[in-house]
Amino acid sequence: MTETARSQTAPIEGPDPEKVKAELLAKYPPKVARKRAKQIIVNRLEPGDKVPEINANVRTVPGLMSQRGCCYAGCKGVVLGPTRDIVNITHGPIGCGFYSWLTRRNQTDPDTTPDGHNFMTYCFSTDMQEKEIIFGGEKKLRQAIQEAYDNFKPKAIAVFATCPVGLIGDDIHSVCREMKAALGINVFGFSCEGYKGVSQSAGHHIANNQIFKHVVGLDDTIGAGEFRVNLLGEYNIGGDAFEIERIFEKCGITTVATFSGNSSIDAFANSHTADLNLIMCHRSINYVAEMMEKKFGVPWIKINFIGAEATAKSLRKIAAYFDDPALTERVEAVIAEELPAVQAARDDIRPRTAGKRAMLFVGGSRAHHYQELFRELGMRTLSAGYEFAHRDDYEGRKVLPGVKVDADSRNIEELDVCQDPDRYRPRKTPEELAALSAKGLEFKDYQGMMPEMPEGSMVIDDISQFETDLMIEKYRPDIFCAGIKEKYMIQKHGIPMKQLHSYDYGGPYAGFKGAVNFYREIDRMVNSRVWGYLKAPWQTNPELAATYAWE
Amino acid sequence: MLLRHTTTEIKDRTALTVNPAKTCQPIGAMYAALGIHGCMPHSHGSQGCYAYHRSALTRHYKEPVIAATSAFTEGASVFGGQANLMQAIDNIFSVYNPDVIAVHTTCLSETIGDDIPQIVNKAMAEGRVPAGKYVIHANTPSYAGSHITGFAGMTKAMVDYFAETASARTKTVNLIPGFVEPSDMAEIRRMAAEMGLETIMFPDTSGVLNGPMTGKYRMYPPGGVTVEALRRTGSSLGTVALGHLASGDAARALDVKCKVPCQILDLPIGLGATDRFVDTLHRMAGVNVPDSLTFERGQMVDIIADMHQYFYNKRVGLVGDPDQLLALTKFLVSLDMAPVYLVTGTSAGKKFEKHLRAAVAGVPHEVQIKVGGDMHLFHQWIKQAPVDLLIGNSYVKYIAHDEDIPYVRHGFPILDRVGHSYFPTVGYRGGMRLLEKILDALLDRKDRDATDITFELVM
Repeated sequence: MTETARSQTAPIEGPDPEKVKAELLAKYPPKVARKRAKQIIVNRLEPGDKVPEINANVRTVPGLMSQRGCCYAGCKGVVLGPTRDIVNITHGPIGCGFYSWLTRRNQTDPDTTPDGHNFMTYCFSTDMQEKEIIFGGEKKLRQAIQEAYDNFKPKAIAVFATCPVGLIGDDIHSVCREMKAALGINVFGFSCEGYKGVSQSAGHHIANNQIFKHVVGLDDTIGAGEFRVNLLGEYNIGGDAFEIERIFEKCGITTVATFSGNSSIDAFANSHTADLNLIMCHRSINYVAEMMEKKFGVPWIKINFIGAEATAKSLRKIAAYFDDPALTERVEAVIAEELPAVQAARDDIRPRTAGKRAMLFVGGSRAHHYQELFRELGMRTLSAGYEFAHRDDYEGRKVLPGVKVDADSRNIEELDVCQDPDRYRPRKTPEELAALSAKGLEFKDYQGMMPEMPEGSMVIDDISQFETDLMIEKYRPDIFCAGIKEKYMIQKHGIPMKQLHSYDYGGPYAGFKGAVNFYREIDRMVNSRVWGYLKAPWQTNPELAATYAWE
Repeated sequence: MLLRHTTTEIKDRTALTVNPAKTCQPIGAMYAALGIHGCMPHSHGSQGCYAYHRSALTRHYKEPVIAATSAFTEGASVFGGQANLMQAIDNIFSVYNPDVIAVHTTCLSETIGDDIPQIVNKAMAEGRVPAGKYVIHANTPSYAGSHITGFAGMTKAMVDYFAETASARTKTVNLIPGFVEPSDMAEIRRMAAEMGLETIMFPDTSGVLNGPMTGKYRMYPPGGVTVEALRRTGSSLGTVALGHLASGDAARALDVKCKVPCQILDLPIGLGATDRFVDTLHRMAGVNVPDSLTFERGQMVDIIADMHQYFYNKRVGLVGDPDQLLALTKFLVSLDMAPVYLVTGTSAGKKFEKHLRAAVAGVPHEVQIKVGGDMHLFHQWIKQAPVDLLIGNSYVKYIAHDEDIPYVRHGFPILDRVGHSYFPTVGYRGGMRLLEKILDALLDRKDRDATDITFELVM
């Protein structure tokens, strides 16, 4: 049991979670109930950070109204969406490209690359028609790549396959190879058809693979900077990556590449020259970190910049890794400089938020990370769950050897990566690594969400609309966090809902300034006057009759 | 610059769509299905489709948007989606208990050739559809048509599945509103009610996608056309369908199936189209037009007359769905404005294009039209010769911002403002609102650009 969990093992108020679980399952047909029973878990904490097993990364139940999206959304939308200087062509009917056009709020600053390219405001699609479904779409794709080149002169073009492309058997990779040779720029494809895997997660994996295969390692130039890191799994929603970069700069830490917030393909190409990989969202990006370590010798650690305390802790981890007195001193100075403003905001706001209760059902890391910020506000997480995470994100990577790989996951390619004969360069000796581990710096590890959640809290994987509704009814949380599809249903219940995908068009919430933004936002939401307006005066006092007259 | 790579020079494109002015059929079918009372729209495809459609509709309406999915995996894509749809039907009826499940297909299920009626018949034979409940469907492959034709398909499905022929005609008039806002649907109904008409509107999303905050979530809000009313559409006096592309198919199907005569009109956006709508109701039902509507009409004419100088000869660029584009263009021409660039993403056919060209025949400018075009081309036209006003959905704001052009939001989707779901742009009142919006945009610009010397108090 970790320290944070131990400090809040007070029993969850409200109905008994086991009874609520039974009620959630009672509505389902028996087969569905059996399946969901393994995905709805009442948390228990046993010695050695052992938590109950949860079933995750399994098929969505048809008809239940899950929060999940598809493989294409995870690949094109999430991982590659924030890279500004690749022309991303969606090969398929118009919808997929249209819906992933500017809807994820990945901020970017094109003036930070010399050519100033930014294609993120554009949507490129082959707008596949019936003709192509029947006769094949490769010809149209080839022509579309040519037209993209003629019109926009990008340095790279990526192609994303949608459902029908896989079904009709278009070979996007051979078209990409051919056009790469013809145009002399990098052209590569992603077989991220929507039906692959069981959620966005498959798309993350495919995106990781192809970026690693086609881009990482293309530029061996070792750039300036003494402490060079990559920030992985940070997508710069609402400017989060900007805030982290600001802190890094103050500390003298150089970001070689961010995967993929505010990113350029040039930075990906050069990312293997960094000396440490920092993982924010473990779910979406751990594959690149693993492969980069195997091939180039870059170690990775899990960090978290959501929450001021977590940010300070993560900075200290980085300093510990580089083990340089000057860096350590600077990191401590930056923390000392930044924390007072955070503390002042917290002292002001906490009396208005303490004791309030939150539920978080989102993504593959945020449902965990944001519990930090709620804790800092004195709030408690009653229940949480991921939309598309795997068992290791819940229970920790220690369960990985025992995770069953089902048919849906087996269909996602695992790249066979080996040490690069020339460029593999271990950043630390085994002895140094062992010494750092002994000091508490855990490499290649993520403890997961459940060991940090109190006993008796409910952990629900891939929550359905019905379950959401019932959880709200049973516990009436003070705030609920999920995505746009859930937002207004929850607010109709009279409960404020915070989107943790888009941040409700606010942010940043990462780092020190982000923490303050989040405190203020939650204060605004849980204390808003609007929730007092739900009933009209004549509804609360129907017998009132003509007594409004001036006395 | 937001669209910094858009050049003035136009290079021919035949394969690459850039910045589309349309989206795919299923979302239109989902929207239409939400206009049936107690209905659960169901997307037969991969779960990404329904997630995207629900997200887009939710962002546009800022309201809960329910729908379910067959959640195809690779296995279902190979072996067919029958098992998934059967399981979905079971789960939806046991957990969410709707009156109707409205299934629409996707590119995925259409490519593999799933036969929805066959699957539904099997589900019914196996007792998976409870008594008094219905499963209807529309074929909406994403690789054909657009969100508008998807809407038309599901609207037609309401006729195909429910309309019943009767021996006697009622005095009821069917109203098919087209792919418009819930506020527009309510306004169209109000105008008919003002004329003393009994009407059945289908689909009808008013009260569904512009509902109140009461502290109680209702999965099936009070709005929407009921199955019982849909049955009665077959015995109505006649049908008035608004918007050829979105409503024409259903109106014609009802005529064929139940011999209910139909009039297919433009969307009642603007004075002339609203006049024709009111006049058609007046003739069809043989009722008088009440003074109240004539009064509203007069108010609208009054605004046009009072402010005509600001409309006159202004160059306008319009991107929109076909029915909206045609009606808006005619409206702008009637104000002596000059719609010069017209783009719709939907391939609406030669006849549509002919009507659109006829609408701008008298405009004293060179007019560019692209049916089946995209916003990138539209933007390039603007770079070649600017306009005074832009009208289109929220994506147009990137062009408006870069080119610094006054801009009025209209169409689907509107992701960054509220109002469209509450205040109509159809009818005389809606026309007045549009006039106000156009004037606000033009006059705010005039104020902004005026010097200290030319700044005006009274306009």
